[in-house]
Amino acid sequence: MDAITLWLPIVWAALIGTAVALYVILDGFDLGIGILFPFEPDEKRRDTMMNSVAPFWDGNETWLILGGGGLLVAFPLAYAVILPGLYLPIIIMLLGLVFRGVAFEFRWAAKPKHLLWDNAFAVGSIIATFMQGVVLGGYLQGIHVENKAFAGGPLDWLVPFPLFTGLALLVGYALLASTWLIMKTEGSIAESARGWAKLLLPVVLILMAIISIWTPLAFERIADRWFTWPNMLYLSPVPLLTACAAAMCWYGLVAGRDTMPFVCAVAMFLLGYLGLIISNVPYLVPPTLTVWDAAAVPESQIFTLIGVLIMLPIILGYTAFVYWTFRGKVREGEGYH
Amino acid sequence: MEIDADLLARIQFAFTVSLHIIFPSFTIGLSAFIATLLVRWRMTGRDHLLRLARFWTKIFAVSFAMGVVSGVVMSYEFGTNWSHFSVVVGNVVGPLIGYEVLTAFFLEATFLGIMLFGWNRVPPGLHVLSAVLVAVGTSLSAFWILAANSWMQTPAGHVIRDGIAYPVDWIAVIFNPSFPYRFAHMFTAAYLTTSLVVLAVGARYLVAGRFPEDAKTMLRMGLGMVAILTPLQMYIGDASGLNTEKHQPEKIAAIEAHWDGNKPGALELFAIPNEKTESNDFSISIPNWSSLLITHSFDGLYPGLKNFPPQDRPPVIPVFFAFRIMVGMGVLMLIVGWVGAWLWARGRLFTTRWYLDLAQYAWPLGFIAVLSGWYVTEIGRQPWVAYGILRTADAASPVAGSAVLTTLVLFVIVYTCVFGIGVYYINRLIEHGPTGAAAKPPEALPSRPLAAAGPAAHEAMEE
Repeated sequence: MDAITLWLPIVWAALIGTAVALYVILDGFDLGIGILFPFEPDEKRRDTMMNSVAPFWDGNETWLILGGGGLLVAFPLAYAVILPGLYLPIIIMLLGLVFRGVAFEFRWAAKPKHLLWDNAFAVGSIIATFMQGVVLGGYLQGIHVENKAFAGGPLDWLVPFPLFTGLALLVGYALLASTWLIMKTEGSIAESARGWAKLLLPVVLILMAIISIWTPLAFERIADRWFTWPNMLYLSPVPLLTACAAAMCWYGLVAGRDTMPFVCAVAMFLLGYLGLIISNVPYLVPPTLTVWDAAAVPESQIFTLIGVLIMLPIILGYTAFVYWTFRGKVREGEGYH
Repeated sequence: MEIDADLLARIQFAFTVSLHIIFPSFTIGLSAFIATLLVRWRMTGRDHLLRLARFWTKIFAVSFAMGVVSGVVMSYEFGTNWSHFSVVVGNVVGPLIGYEVLTAFFLEATFLGIMLFGWNRVPPGLHVLSAVLVAVGTSLSAFWILAANSWMQTPAGHVIRDGIAYPVDWIAVIFNPSFPYRFAHMFTAAYLTTSLVVLAVGARYLVAGRFPEDAKTMLRMGLGMVAILTPLQMYIGDASGLNTEKHQPEKIAAIEAHWDGNKPGALELFAIPNEKTESNDFSISIPNWSSLLITHSFDGLYPGLKNFPPQDRPPVIPVFFAFRIMVGMGVLMLIVGWVGAWLWARGRLFTTRWYLDLAQYAWPLGFIAVLSGWYVTEIGRQPWVAYGILRTADAASPVAGSAVLTTLVLFVIVYTCVFGIGVYYINRLIEHGPTGAAAKPPEALPSRPLAAAGPAAHEAMEE
């Protein structure tokens, strides 16, 4: 294997990994707003919750397209195996996104008869999140591949582990959204959000611990990765830092800090995500196809990589600009100034 | 019972892509229209232009949301339903879609936030720039997706090894033989579609005697575009047809229902093409005129359907009729545009009641033409999904028929409800018109990041 065929797939895997991480964080808190909707019946406060993410949701969701599109660009074989392999959860997730996406506009167009779209926003967000968790679990437990094509059944994901990761992601996104609301709102909403976050944080920690025990027990390759010497030593910072982030998140919540809980919750998510990557390297379709098995030809990967290297800094730049434009707190019943 | 997964996957793609293309066809032109209004407002300071821009921005927001959510679905369907397509042509088509995401989707999605919610957050110049960038984003998106689709029609710049397409020359891939024609044709179609909607809404207000100043601006801007773009579009369409004759002759044969390539083609005004007898039933035709259009000679010969083995022919009937519907819409557009222009030149545009009465119903013409045009080109490419490289029948995913049926039913239910209600809301926004919050100067606006449709709809309900 020459340097190009060795490194290009690694670079691309890192890029797609980054896009997915950005998606999980960015759309995580805005899907989480929908998950929290049922717990906040007041119309004005729901307005404010939605306003806190309304200028961003579309850009946030574009990272999902970059993740999927990137997979097609750089690893068409993985795209062609994973998507049919998780056919129903992916399509149901997309339909959930349809409902909650249009709700951002329809809710205002429907007022005052907007209850339907409040419900669509909440239910759509919950379905989309749950199915994203199922996709994650189904992906981790492995996709049945024969002859470089998906060869499993349509309901392979309907087993305890993916359903559990689905539930875990619901709680996780709800935590992200609660801490986002603490940062972006004030008054009674921020207070409720702080209360929710205090309940959610311990649950998230417990769920992360369960997944950390479940995966090595169920999948030998993951046990080998984490619990053999000297990997155990090198990898020990991951759980330790996660515990640290959780402790700081808790401190931020009880000490009345506004930004710290969100930053720490994001750090917890990223560390958990890093843990999952460590569990699965070098597989892109665990447990059969590695990043090199699934890679597109170098001509395709290079052609798009040039575009990525030019465009990604620009995209990150103007994304940051939009977040900066809408910085500060959204006030109840009043919105931005 | 054995469920035909391949057929269901085709129906599902046809359904989801048909409902998706409706929204970009409208928003590509609408974003440019709004940007134009805002630039004109900055240059002239005439407030009714701002009011109009704000009015159309609300409609844009609702339409764009539907385009986005149905578009996200499309980007995953290549994998969920057509995984073998992704394997065979992913090396070539994937990067084109990748560039669409990188150069277009992020640009439009991100600056949409400022366009909708930044009226009071950023200086007016920057807000106008955001609207322009959204318009640029929608156009770039059309560029890349048309490059990908055109490559599927007229592949170039690639080699096939072991049945898989690999890129060799990216410029040749992007600027493949049919791309310039098809991009120009779709781009013009999108602008025409929006112009017809703007024209129709202006006419609707004038007929009702509402918002005369705004209505006249809409009517002038919409009509000006329709009068100029329709003949231009006919010219581009003709050039595109000649290009198709060169690269996909069986598609032209199906469009013309031309069976026997040894004889000059007759222009079939009406017929029921019969694939069993390989001839046309109930034919009303003008002899030799099809040859004149295609070869520019009365006695010119061009391949007929019998020149191709039956398994390589596209389904004739849908291609034949969809083409005639598209052309019919074009003729109606030309009448609307030129009659209007003639009245305008004589200073009677705003007072000719019968014209305004009819023009207010011109809004669907563009949508019908776009849909039927896409049916012509996509069904006309069959039995291939990537022309000459991969047959549609070989492109589907190894997914159980029951799973495809389940999602098809879900798509039909969800899309019908969501998009049906969306169109209802758009109509209600139009019914309410450019008043309310949008009519006030920006300083007096409630500085809320309401979804753009908010305040006016709220007022509409209170009335």
